[in-house]
Amino acid sequence: MKKLLALFLAMFVTATVFAEEVPDVLVQRVTEEVLDIVRKDKDIQNGHTQKVMELVDKKVLPNFNFTRMTALALGKEWRKASPQQQQQLTAEFRTLLVRTYSNALTSYKNQKIVYKPFKMAPADTDVLVRTEVQQPGSKPVQLDYSLEKVDGSWKVYDVVVAGISLVTNYRDQFNQEVRNGGIDGLIAAIAAKNKSLESGAKADKK
Amino acid sequence: MTRPFRSLFSGISRRALPLVGACLLMTAAQANDNPHDPYEGFNRAMYAVHEGLDKVIVKPVAQVYDAAVPLPAKAGVGNFFDNILDVRNALNSLLQGKPGDAASDVSRLLVNSTIGIFGLFDVASELGLERHEEDFGQTMAVWGYRDSAYLFWPLIGPRTVRDTGGWLVDINTDPTWGTTRKSVAVRNSLLAVRLVDVRASLLPADKVVEEAALDKYAYVRDAYLQRRRNQIYDGRPPRLDD
Repeated sequence: MKKLLALFLAMFVTATVFAEEVPDVLVQRVTEEVLDIVRKDKDIQNGHTQKVMELVDKKVLPNFNFTRMTALALGKEWRKASPQQQQQLTAEFRTLLVRTYSNALTSYKNQKIVYKPFKMAPADTDVLVRTEVQQPGSKPVQLDYSLEKVDGSWKVYDVVVAGISLVTNYRDQFNQEVRNGGIDGLIAAIAAKNKSLESGAKADKK
Repeated sequence: MTRPFRSLFSGISRRALPLVGACLLMTAAQANDNPHDPYEGFNRAMYAVHEGLDKVIVKPVAQVYDAAVPLPAKAGVGNFFDNILDVRNALNSLLQGKPGDAASDVSRLLVNSTIGIFGLFDVASELGLERHEEDFGQTMAVWGYRDSAYLFWPLIGPRTVRDTGGWLVDINTDPTWGTTRKSVAVRNSLLAVRLVDVRASLLPADKVVEEAALDKYAYVRDAYLQRRRNQIYDGRPPRLDD
Protein backbone atom coordinates (compact mmCIF):
# COMPACT_ATOMS: atom_id res chain seq x y z
CA MET A 1 0.00 0.00 0.00
CA LYS A 2 2.81 2.37 0.91
CA LYS A 3 4.55 1.53 -2.34
CA LEU A 4 1.44 2.18 -4.32
CA LEU A 5 0.96 5.50 -2.62
CA ALA A 6 4.58 6.47 -3.31
CA LEU A 7 4.16 5.52 -6.95
CA PHE A 8 0.98 7.49 -7.20
CA LEU A 9 2.64 10.47 -5.58
CA ALA A 10 5.62 10.21 -7.87
CA MET A 11 3.37 10.12 -10.91
CA PHE A 12 1.42 13.08 -9.65
CA VAL A 13 4.58 15.09 -9.00
CA THR A 14 6.09 14.28 -12.40
CA ALA A 15 2.89 15.21 -14.16
CA THR A 16 2.77 18.56 -12.44
CA VAL A 17 6.42 19.25 -13.09
CA PHE A 18 6.07 18.51 -16.78
CA ALA A 19 2.97 20.58 -17.16
CA GLU A 20 4.64 23.58 -15.64
CA GLU A 21 8.10 23.08 -17.06
CA VAL A 22 9.40 26.44 -18.16
CA PRO A 23 11.05 26.71 -21.60
CA ASP A 24 14.68 27.02 -20.50
CA VAL A 25 14.35 24.06 -18.15
CA LEU A 26 12.71 22.05 -20.94
CA VAL A 27 15.54 22.81 -23.38
CA GLN A 28 18.17 21.96 -20.81
CA ARG A 29 16.49 18.72 -19.71
CA VAL A 30 16.01 17.42 -23.26
CA THR A 31 19.51 18.46 -24.35
CA GLU A 32 21.18 16.77 -21.39
CA GLU A 33 19.06 13.63 -21.70
CA VAL A 34 19.92 13.27 -25.37
CA LEU A 35 23.62 14.05 -24.97
CA ASP A 36 23.83 11.62 -22.06
CA ILE A 37 22.59 8.83 -24.33
CA VAL A 38 24.89 9.89 -27.19
CA ARG A 39 27.92 9.94 -24.89
CA LYS A 40 27.30 6.35 -23.82
CA ASP A 41 26.30 4.94 -27.20
CA LYS A 42 29.20 3.78 -29.38
CA ASP A 43 26.88 3.03 -32.32
CA ILE A 44 25.68 6.61 -32.45
CA GLN A 45 29.21 7.97 -32.20
CA ASN A 46 30.12 5.76 -35.15
CA GLY A 47 27.40 7.29 -37.25
CA HIS A 48 24.59 4.75 -36.92
CA THR A 49 21.95 7.01 -38.46
CA GLN A 50 18.99 4.74 -37.82
CA LYS A 51 19.71 4.57 -34.11
CA VAL A 52 20.09 8.33 -33.78
CA MET A 53 16.88 8.92 -35.65
CA GLU A 54 15.08 6.63 -33.21
CA LEU A 55 16.55 8.59 -30.31
CA VAL A 56 15.56 11.91 -31.86
CA ASP A 57 12.11 10.55 -32.62
CA LYS A 58 11.56 9.48 -29.02
CA LYS A 59 13.19 12.30 -27.06
CA VAL A 60 13.36 15.38 -29.21
CA LEU A 61 10.43 15.39 -31.62
CA PRO A 62 7.63 15.44 -29.05
CA ASN A 63 8.94 18.87 -28.09
CA PHE A 64 8.86 20.26 -31.63
CA ASN A 65 5.96 21.88 -33.45
CA PHE A 66 6.56 20.81 -37.03
CA THR A 67 3.44 22.36 -38.48
CA ARG A 68 4.54 25.75 -37.21
CA MET A 69 8.08 25.10 -38.48
CA THR A 70 6.87 24.26 -41.97
CA ALA A 71 4.57 27.29 -42.06
CA LEU A 72 7.49 29.47 -40.99
CA ALA A 73 9.79 27.95 -43.60
CA LEU A 74 7.31 28.56 -46.40
CA GLY A 75 6.11 32.03 -45.38
CA LYS A 76 3.11 33.55 -47.14
CA GLU A 77 2.60 30.60 -49.50
CA TRP A 78 1.60 28.40 -46.56
CA ARG A 79 -1.91 29.84 -46.46
CA LYS A 80 -2.41 29.02 -50.13
CA ALA A 81 -1.82 25.32 -49.48
CA SER A 82 -4.79 23.04 -48.83
CA PRO A 83 -4.95 21.28 -45.43
CA GLN A 84 -3.92 18.06 -47.12
CA GLN A 85 -0.95 19.72 -48.84
CA GLN A 86 0.05 21.30 -45.53
CA GLN A 87 0.01 17.89 -43.93
CA GLN A 88 2.13 16.28 -46.65
CA LEU A 89 4.53 19.17 -46.66
CA THR A 90 4.95 19.02 -42.89
CA ALA A 91 5.63 15.28 -43.05
CA GLU A 92 8.31 15.61 -45.73
CA PHE A 93 9.98 18.63 -44.13
CA ARG A 94 9.98 16.84 -40.80
CA THR A 95 11.85 13.88 -42.31
CA LEU A 96 14.41 16.23 -43.86
CA LEU A 97 15.02 18.16 -40.64
CA VAL A 98 15.23 15.03 -38.52
CA ARG A 99 17.92 13.60 -40.75
CA THR A 100 19.97 16.80 -40.66
CA TYR A 101 19.58 17.07 -36.91
CA SER A 102 20.43 13.40 -36.37
CA ASN A 103 23.59 13.66 -38.42
CA ALA A 104 24.68 16.65 -36.37
CA LEU A 105 24.32 14.45 -33.29
CA THR A 106 26.52 11.68 -34.69
CA SER A 107 29.35 14.19 -35.02
CA TYR A 108 29.02 15.00 -31.33
CA LYS A 109 32.31 14.56 -29.52
CA ASN A 110 33.05 16.38 -26.31
CA GLN A 111 31.23 19.65 -26.75
CA LYS A 112 29.77 21.32 -23.71
CA ILE A 113 26.47 23.16 -23.77
CA VAL A 114 26.31 26.37 -21.77
CA TYR A 115 22.84 27.69 -20.95
CA LYS A 116 22.54 31.46 -21.07
CA PRO A 117 20.56 33.35 -18.41
CA PHE A 118 16.87 33.27 -19.26
CA LYS A 119 14.11 35.67 -18.32
CA MET A 120 10.45 35.68 -19.25
CA ALA A 121 7.23 37.29 -18.09
CA PRO A 122 4.55 34.85 -16.84
CA ALA A 123 2.24 35.89 -19.67
CA ASP A 124 4.78 35.28 -22.46
CA THR A 125 3.82 32.68 -25.04
CA ASP A 126 6.77 33.10 -27.42
CA VAL A 127 10.32 33.02 -26.10
CA LEU A 128 13.95 32.53 -27.12
CA VAL A 129 16.17 30.18 -25.11
CA ARG A 130 19.84 30.88 -25.72
CA THR A 131 22.64 28.35 -25.39
CA GLU A 132 26.21 28.09 -26.55
CA VAL A 133 28.15 25.06 -27.76
CA GLN A 134 31.71 25.06 -26.50
CA GLN A 135 34.37 22.79 -27.86
CA PRO A 136 38.05 22.64 -26.96
CA GLY A 137 40.10 24.16 -29.78
CA SER A 138 37.15 25.79 -31.52
CA LYS A 139 35.24 29.02 -31.20
CA PRO A 140 31.97 28.78 -29.27
CA VAL A 141 28.84 28.49 -31.41
CA GLN A 142 25.60 30.24 -30.55
CA LEU A 143 22.64 27.82 -30.49
CA ASP A 144 19.21 29.31 -29.82
CA TYR A 145 15.73 27.79 -29.66
CA SER A 146 12.47 29.64 -30.29
CA LEU A 147 9.58 28.18 -28.33
CA GLU A 148 5.88 28.84 -28.40
CA LYS A 149 3.28 27.85 -25.83
CA VAL A 150 0.58 25.77 -27.45
CA ASP A 151 -2.26 24.36 -25.36
CA GLY A 152 -0.30 24.84 -22.16
CA SER A 153 2.95 23.19 -23.25
CA TRP A 154 6.04 24.70 -24.81
CA LYS A 155 7.13 23.54 -28.25
CA VAL A 156 10.23 24.45 -30.23
CA TYR A 157 9.46 26.01 -33.61
CA ASP A 158 12.89 27.26 -34.64
CA VAL A 159 16.52 26.29 -34.08
CA VAL A 160 19.08 28.99 -34.77
CA VAL A 161 22.75 28.05 -35.18
CA ALA A 162 25.25 30.93 -35.23
CA GLY A 163 22.44 33.25 -36.20
CA ILE A 164 21.24 30.96 -39.00
CA SER A 165 17.68 29.75 -38.62
CA LEU A 166 17.51 26.14 -39.81
CA VAL A 167 13.88 26.85 -40.69
CA THR A 168 13.77 30.23 -42.43
CA ASN A 169 16.94 29.35 -44.31
CA TYR A 170 14.60 27.28 -46.51
CA ARG A 171 12.25 30.19 -47.29
CA ASP A 172 13.82 31.15 -50.60
CA GLN A 173 14.42 27.59 -51.80
CA PHE A 174 10.83 26.63 -50.96
CA ASN A 175 9.38 29.67 -52.69
CA GLN A 176 11.52 28.94 -55.72
CA GLU A 177 10.07 25.41 -55.91
CA VAL A 178 6.56 26.77 -55.48
CA ARG A 179 7.11 29.23 -58.33
CA ASN A 180 8.36 26.40 -60.51
CA GLY A 181 5.83 23.68 -59.72
CA GLY A 182 3.33 24.92 -57.15
CA ILE A 183 2.90 23.48 -53.66
CA ASP A 184 2.78 19.96 -55.10
CA GLY A 185 6.08 20.62 -56.86
CA LEU A 186 7.62 21.60 -53.54
CA ILE A 187 6.28 18.48 -51.82
CA ALA A 188 7.72 16.36 -54.62
CA ALA A 189 11.09 18.13 -54.42
CA ILE A 190 11.47 17.53 -50.67
CA ALA A 191 10.26 13.96 -51.04
CA ALA A 192 12.85 13.33 -53.77
CA LYS A 193 15.57 14.83 -51.55
CA ASN A 194 14.52 12.57 -48.66
CA LYS A 195 14.53 9.54 -50.91
CA SER A 196 18.01 10.24 -52.22
CA LEU A 197 19.31 10.73 -48.67
CA GLU A 198 17.75 7.47 -47.58
CA SER A 199 19.29 5.48 -50.40
CA GLY A 200 22.58 7.26 -49.78
CA ALA A 201 22.47 6.19 -46.12
CA LYS A 202 21.82 2.60 -47.16
CA ALA A 203 24.75 2.67 -49.58
CA ASP A 204 26.96 3.95 -46.76
CA LYS A 205 26.18 0.96 -44.60
CA LYS A 206 27.19 -1.57 -47.23
CA MET B 1 47.54 59.31 -38.21
CA THR B 2 47.34 60.41 -41.82
CA ARG B 3 50.08 58.25 -43.24
CA PRO B 4 48.67 54.85 -42.35
CA PHE B 5 45.32 55.97 -43.68
CA ARG B 6 46.75 57.19 -46.95
CA SER B 7 48.62 53.95 -47.47
CA LEU B 8 45.46 52.10 -46.50
CA PHE B 9 43.42 53.76 -49.19
CA SER B 10 46.06 53.56 -51.87
CA GLY B 11 46.26 49.88 -50.99
CA ILE B 12 42.55 49.54 -51.51
CA SER B 13 42.48 51.25 -54.87
CA ARG B 14 45.32 49.06 -56.13
CA ARG B 15 43.64 45.86 -55.08
CA ALA B 16 40.11 46.98 -55.80
CA LEU B 17 40.56 47.70 -59.50
CA PRO B 18 40.00 44.19 -60.81
CA LEU B 19 37.02 43.82 -58.48
CA VAL B 20 35.45 47.05 -59.64
CA GLY B 21 35.86 45.82 -63.19
CA ALA B 22 34.16 42.58 -62.28
CA CYS B 23 31.31 44.47 -60.61
CA LEU B 24 30.72 46.48 -63.77
CA LEU B 25 30.58 43.29 -65.79
CA MET B 26 28.03 41.89 -63.41
CA THR B 27 25.53 44.67 -63.87
CA ALA B 28 25.01 43.07 -67.25
CA ALA B 29 23.99 39.83 -65.55
CA GLN B 30 20.38 38.81 -65.50
CA ALA B 31 17.87 40.37 -63.15
CA ASN B 32 16.41 37.93 -60.68
CA ASP B 33 13.49 37.55 -58.34
CA ASN B 34 15.56 37.51 -55.15
CA PRO B 35 15.96 41.13 -54.05
CA HIS B 36 19.15 40.31 -52.15
CA ASP B 37 20.77 38.59 -55.10
CA PRO B 38 20.51 40.73 -58.24
CA TYR B 39 23.70 39.21 -59.69
CA GLU B 40 22.58 35.62 -59.26
CA GLY B 41 23.73 34.54 -62.72
CA PHE B 42 27.28 35.77 -62.12
CA ASN B 43 27.27 34.45 -58.56
CA ARG B 44 26.18 30.97 -59.56
CA ALA B 45 28.98 30.86 -62.13
CA MET B 46 31.53 31.95 -59.51
CA TYR B 47 30.07 29.43 -57.07
CA ALA B 48 30.64 26.68 -59.61
CA VAL B 49 34.26 27.80 -60.06
CA HIS B 50 34.67 27.85 -56.28
CA GLU B 51 33.21 24.37 -55.90
CA GLY B 52 35.53 23.10 -58.61
CA LEU B 53 38.63 24.57 -56.96
CA ASP B 54 37.47 23.34 -53.58
CA LYS B 55 36.90 19.80 -54.78
CA VAL B 56 40.24 19.50 -56.56
CA ILE B 57 42.62 21.46 -54.32
CA VAL B 58 41.40 23.14 -51.17
CA LYS B 59 39.22 20.44 -49.64
CA PRO B 60 41.65 17.54 -50.16
CA VAL B 61 44.48 19.57 -48.60
CA ALA B 62 42.23 20.57 -45.70
CA GLN B 63 41.24 16.92 -45.21
CA VAL B 64 44.86 15.80 -45.08
CA TYR B 65 45.67 18.63 -42.68
CA ASP B 66 42.68 17.76 -40.52
CA ALA B 67 43.60 14.08 -40.35
CA ALA B 68 47.37 14.45 -39.99
CA VAL B 69 47.72 17.32 -37.53
CA PRO B 70 46.90 16.55 -33.88
CA LEU B 71 44.18 18.63 -32.25
CA PRO B 72 46.42 20.74 -29.95
CA ALA B 73 48.50 21.83 -32.97
CA LYS B 74 45.40 22.64 -35.00
CA ALA B 75 44.02 24.64 -32.10
CA GLY B 76 47.34 26.50 -31.89
CA VAL B 77 47.23 27.40 -35.58
CA GLY B 78 43.63 28.58 -35.31
CA ASN B 79 44.43 30.61 -32.19
CA PHE B 80 47.48 32.15 -33.86
CA PHE B 81 45.45 33.58 -36.73
CA ASP B 82 42.54 34.51 -34.47
CA ASN B 83 44.93 36.47 -32.29
CA ILE B 84 46.13 38.48 -35.29
CA LEU B 85 42.50 39.18 -36.20
CA ASP B 86 41.97 40.75 -32.79
CA VAL B 87 43.75 43.80 -34.29
CA ARG B 88 40.89 44.05 -36.77
CA ASN B 89 38.31 43.34 -34.06
CA ALA B 90 39.65 46.07 -31.78
CA LEU B 91 39.78 48.62 -34.59
CA ASN B 92 36.23 47.91 -35.68
CA SER B 93 34.83 47.76 -32.15
CA LEU B 94 36.18 51.27 -31.77
CA LEU B 95 34.77 52.43 -35.12
CA GLN B 96 31.37 51.05 -34.10
CA GLY B 97 31.41 53.13 -30.93
CA LYS B 98 32.11 50.28 -28.53
CA PRO B 99 35.24 51.46 -26.67
CA GLY B 100 34.66 48.90 -23.91
CA ASP B 101 34.79 46.04 -26.41
CA ALA B 102 37.78 47.62 -28.13
CA ALA B 103 39.66 47.84 -24.83
CA SER B 104 38.84 44.20 -24.15
CA ASP B 105 40.05 43.24 -27.66
CA VAL B 106 43.34 45.06 -27.07
CA SER B 107 43.71 43.31 -23.71
CA ARG B 108 43.09 39.99 -25.47
CA LEU B 109 45.77 40.82 -28.01
CA LEU B 110 48.29 41.76 -25.31
CA VAL B 111 47.55 38.76 -23.12
CA ASN B 112 47.52 36.22 -25.94
CA SER B 113 50.61 37.61 -27.68
CA THR B 114 52.63 37.36 -24.46
CA ILE B 115 51.32 34.81 -21.98
CA GLY B 116 49.67 32.98 -24.86
CA ILE B 117 53.04 32.72 -26.67
CA PHE B 118 52.48 34.63 -29.95
CA GLY B 119 48.80 33.81 -29.83
CA LEU B 120 49.18 30.02 -29.89
CA PHE B 121 47.07 29.77 -26.74
CA ASP B 122 43.87 31.69 -26.19
CA VAL B 123 44.56 32.50 -22.55
CA ALA B 124 42.36 35.61 -22.71
CA SER B 125 39.19 33.57 -23.27
CA GLU B 126 40.07 31.43 -20.25
CA LEU B 127 40.36 34.67 -18.29
CA GLY B 128 36.86 35.60 -19.39
CA LEU B 129 37.81 38.16 -22.07
CA GLU B 130 35.23 37.33 -24.70
CA ARG B 131 36.16 37.50 -28.37
CA HIS B 132 34.24 39.98 -30.53
CA GLU B 133 34.06 39.13 -34.21
CA GLU B 134 34.07 42.57 -35.86
CA ASP B 135 35.11 43.64 -39.34
CA PHE B 136 34.76 46.68 -41.55
CA GLY B 137 31.73 45.28 -43.39
CA GLN B 138 29.90 45.15 -40.05
CA THR B 139 31.16 48.63 -39.20
CA MET B 140 29.68 50.02 -42.42
CA ALA B 141 26.40 48.27 -41.59
CA VAL B 142 26.40 49.88 -38.15
CA TRP B 143 27.06 53.23 -39.85
CA GLY B 144 23.87 52.72 -41.87
CA TYR B 145 24.84 50.72 -44.97
CA ARG B 146 22.47 47.84 -44.12
CA ASP B 147 21.20 46.11 -47.21
CA SER B 148 23.68 45.12 -49.85
CA ALA B 149 23.59 42.85 -52.88
CA TYR B 150 25.02 39.37 -52.46
CA LEU B 151 28.24 38.39 -54.22
CA PHE B 152 30.11 35.10 -54.39
CA TRP B 153 33.88 35.07 -54.95
CA PRO B 154 35.90 31.94 -55.66
CA LEU B 155 38.22 31.04 -52.72
CA ILE B 156 37.12 34.13 -50.77
CA GLY B 157 33.57 32.81 -50.52
CA PRO B 158 30.29 34.59 -49.92
CA ARG B 159 30.25 38.36 -49.41
CA THR B 160 27.98 41.25 -50.27
CA VAL B 161 29.03 44.36 -52.17
CA ARG B 162 29.40 46.06 -48.78
CA ASP B 163 31.31 43.16 -47.28
CA THR B 164 33.61 42.93 -50.31
CA GLY B 165 34.56 46.57 -49.72
CA GLY B 166 34.88 45.85 -46.02
CA TRP B 167 37.10 42.90 -46.74
CA LEU B 168 39.43 45.08 -48.85
CA VAL B 169 39.76 47.46 -45.90
CA ASP B 170 40.26 44.55 -43.50
CA ILE B 171 43.14 43.02 -45.43
CA ASN B 172 44.85 46.40 -45.42
CA THR B 173 44.76 46.48 -41.63
CA ASP B 174 45.51 42.76 -41.29
CA PRO B 175 49.08 42.04 -40.13
CA THR B 176 48.98 38.68 -41.95
CA TRP B 177 48.43 40.45 -45.27
CA GLY B 178 50.79 43.20 -44.09
CA THR B 179 53.78 40.85 -44.01
CA THR B 180 53.95 41.44 -47.77
CA ARG B 181 56.01 44.56 -47.05
CA LYS B 182 58.75 42.25 -45.81
CA SER B 183 58.30 39.11 -47.84
CA VAL B 184 55.68 38.07 -50.34
CA ALA B 185 56.66 34.43 -49.89
CA VAL B 186 56.07 34.57 -46.15
CA ARG B 187 52.75 36.32 -46.63
CA ASN B 188 51.55 33.82 -49.19
CA SER B 189 52.58 30.88 -47.02
CA LEU B 190 50.75 32.36 -44.05
CA LEU B 191 47.64 33.03 -46.12
CA ALA B 192 47.72 29.49 -47.51
CA VAL B 193 47.98 27.98 -44.03
CA ARG B 194 45.16 30.19 -42.85
CA LEU B 195 42.97 29.19 -45.78
CA VAL B 196 43.59 25.50 -45.05
CA ASP B 197 42.94 26.02 -41.34
CA VAL B 198 39.65 27.81 -41.99
CA ARG B 199 38.59 25.24 -44.59
CA ALA B 200 39.40 22.36 -42.24
CA SER B 201 37.25 23.92 -39.54
CA LEU B 202 34.36 24.00 -42.03
CA LEU B 203 34.63 20.33 -43.02
CA PRO B 204 31.82 19.17 -40.69
CA ALA B 205 29.51 21.81 -42.17
CA ASP B 206 29.90 20.28 -45.66
CA LYS B 207 27.79 17.28 -44.83
CA VAL B 208 25.06 19.39 -43.28
CA VAL B 209 24.75 21.61 -46.34
CA GLU B 210 24.97 18.60 -48.65
CA GLU B 211 22.10 16.88 -46.86
CA ALA B 212 19.92 19.79 -45.83
CA ALA B 213 19.88 21.90 -48.98
CA LEU B 214 17.49 21.57 -51.89
CA ASP B 215 19.71 24.08 -53.67
CA LYS B 216 23.20 24.35 -52.20
CA TYR B 217 23.92 27.75 -53.71
CA ALA B 218 20.76 29.27 -52.22
CA TYR B 219 21.28 27.52 -48.88
CA VAL B 220 24.81 28.92 -48.54
CA ARG B 221 23.70 32.37 -49.66
CA ASP B 222 20.80 32.61 -47.23
CA ALA B 223 22.89 31.19 -44.40
CA TYR B 224 25.57 33.80 -45.09
CA LEU B 225 23.07 36.66 -45.13
CA GLN B 226 21.43 35.46 -41.90
CA ARG B 227 24.77 34.99 -40.20
CA ARG B 228 25.96 38.47 -41.18
CA ARG B 229 22.76 40.00 -39.88
CA ASN B 230 23.36 38.20 -36.60
CA GLN B 231 26.95 39.47 -36.45
CA ILE B 232 25.95 43.05 -37.25
CA TYR B 233 23.59 43.00 -34.28
CA ASP B 234 26.19 41.23 -32.10
CA GLY B 235 24.15 38.05 -31.74
CA ARG B 236 20.84 39.72 -30.92
CA PRO B 237 19.15 40.70 -34.19
CA PRO B 238 15.65 42.16 -34.03
CA ARG B 239 12.96 39.75 -35.16
CA LEU B 240 11.79 39.73 -38.73
CA ASP B 241 8.11 39.30 -39.49
CA ASP B 242 7.18 35.78 -40.47
